[in-house]
Amino acid sequence: MFELSAEEWTAVALSLRVAAVSTAVALPFGIAIAWVLARKDFPGKALVNAIIYLPLVLPPVVTGYLLLLAFGRKGLFGEALASIGIVFSFRWTGAALACGVMAFPLLVGAIRISIEAVDRKFEDAAATLGANQAWTFLTVTLPLTLPGIIAGAVLAFARALGEFGATITFVSNIPGETQTISAAIYTLTQVPGGDLKALHLVVIAILISLVALVVSEWFGRRAGARVHGI
Amino acid sequence: MLTIDVKKKLGDFSLDAKLEGASGVTALFGPSGSGKTSIIGMVAGLMKPDGGRITINDEVMFDNATGVNEPAHRRRIGYVFQDGRLFPHLSIAHNLDYGRWMSGANRDEAQINRVTALLDIAHLLRRRPGALSGGERQRVALGRALLMKPRLLLLDEPLASLDAARKREIMPYLVRLRDEIKLPMIYVSHDAHEVKQLANRVVIIEAGRVVTTGKADLI
Repeated sequence: MFELSAEEWTAVALSLRVAAVSTAVALPFGIAIAWVLARKDFPGKALVNAIIYLPLVLPPVVTGYLLLLAFGRKGLFGEALASIGIVFSFRWTGAALACGVMAFPLLVGAIRISIEAVDRKFEDAAATLGANQAWTFLTVTLPLTLPGIIAGAVLAFARALGEFGATITFVSNIPGETQTISAAIYTLTQVPGGDLKALHLVVIAILISLVALVVSEWFGRRAGARVHGI
Repeated sequence: MLTIDVKKKLGDFSLDAKLEGASGVTALFGPSGSGKTSIIGMVAGLMKPDGGRITINDEVMFDNATGVNEPAHRRRIGYVFQDGRLFPHLSIAHNLDYGRWMSGANRDEAQINRVTALLDIAHLLRRRPGALSGGERQRVALGRALLMKPRLLLLDEPLASLDAARKREIMPYLVRLRDEIKLPMIYVSHDAHEVKQLANRVVIIEAGRVVTTGKADLI
């Protein structure tokens, strides 16, 4: 029963690509914003915080619609970006953007918690040894935050794999371009006799998620040991 | 030559201390909560005074009147914390090398060998901080502060978290440091025995004020 058709493989490969790219691109922004939220106070911080967490509570369809307004072909930024060769609408890049936006709150949340847990006394020690703020962050805070960064990245990756509502609203459901595992399962369940094929993809989705969790647990434990000086 | 004149309000506690440090070891002696650690925190640049002035060898570190406040990372003042604060993710060798790394200077093997020999830590270089005893950790913390080539060394109760046997183990290293490395030191302690063994001069602090200054046998 585990003969996958070419279309199914395409959906799996596309999902992995979309999830990996969205996580990789979101990660540096997520780390930067998590650091600012954890360590800086500024007017309007509560509002910035709320906006970042918004995709977590908004209906995904609403987020997808807002992305369409902003980055669609005739969208607010869509035309300007298209003129420099960046197109999101009805492309896999758009799926990656939607997944990145949806996963961003989870990413920022996990990293922020672990930055807040880094004892500032190590940052003080780095300062007395001649490290400015940027070097202190790169050589002390960031390595000590590594378990949280790994956890956040895996969470974001898993969220991106499962993304459905925002993606299908923003970039539709085009086989080979924007049809991820979730969208493919949805499509299969809509056609008579598609249930068994859908089951294949369901099993694959479970396997990918399990592997991601096991790998992250392993990395997290290793990083945790390092952080505790063992 | 170090001159400290600092004012700081910390909740209900107000600190107003004026003192001078000279060559050799100057002890800041007083009960817990008297403001000793806050004073050296301000000297190191880890805490900003509300008012006053701090200079080292006529170089202004902080001056409320002119708004000068050198950031901690540019003061070149070594600091040995009570809890060592070795970076847990770095090996002992990398901990020792951290200050040199941040300054961008070339590795000075002769200096590294001298300091690791002085503190008996050469055999620990490949280990991680988690695998060290409390006494070893404090010796590495001392070495790390020395290897950044500071112009002044601040020691914040470096023995306070150790048991009596460990204290006896570290004290000879501190005496060696005082006698072999010509580096002015400020030694914060509430232990009269330690101060008598180590300090050339003592400044007695109580409730955020300097009470007396004199030779170490004053206490």
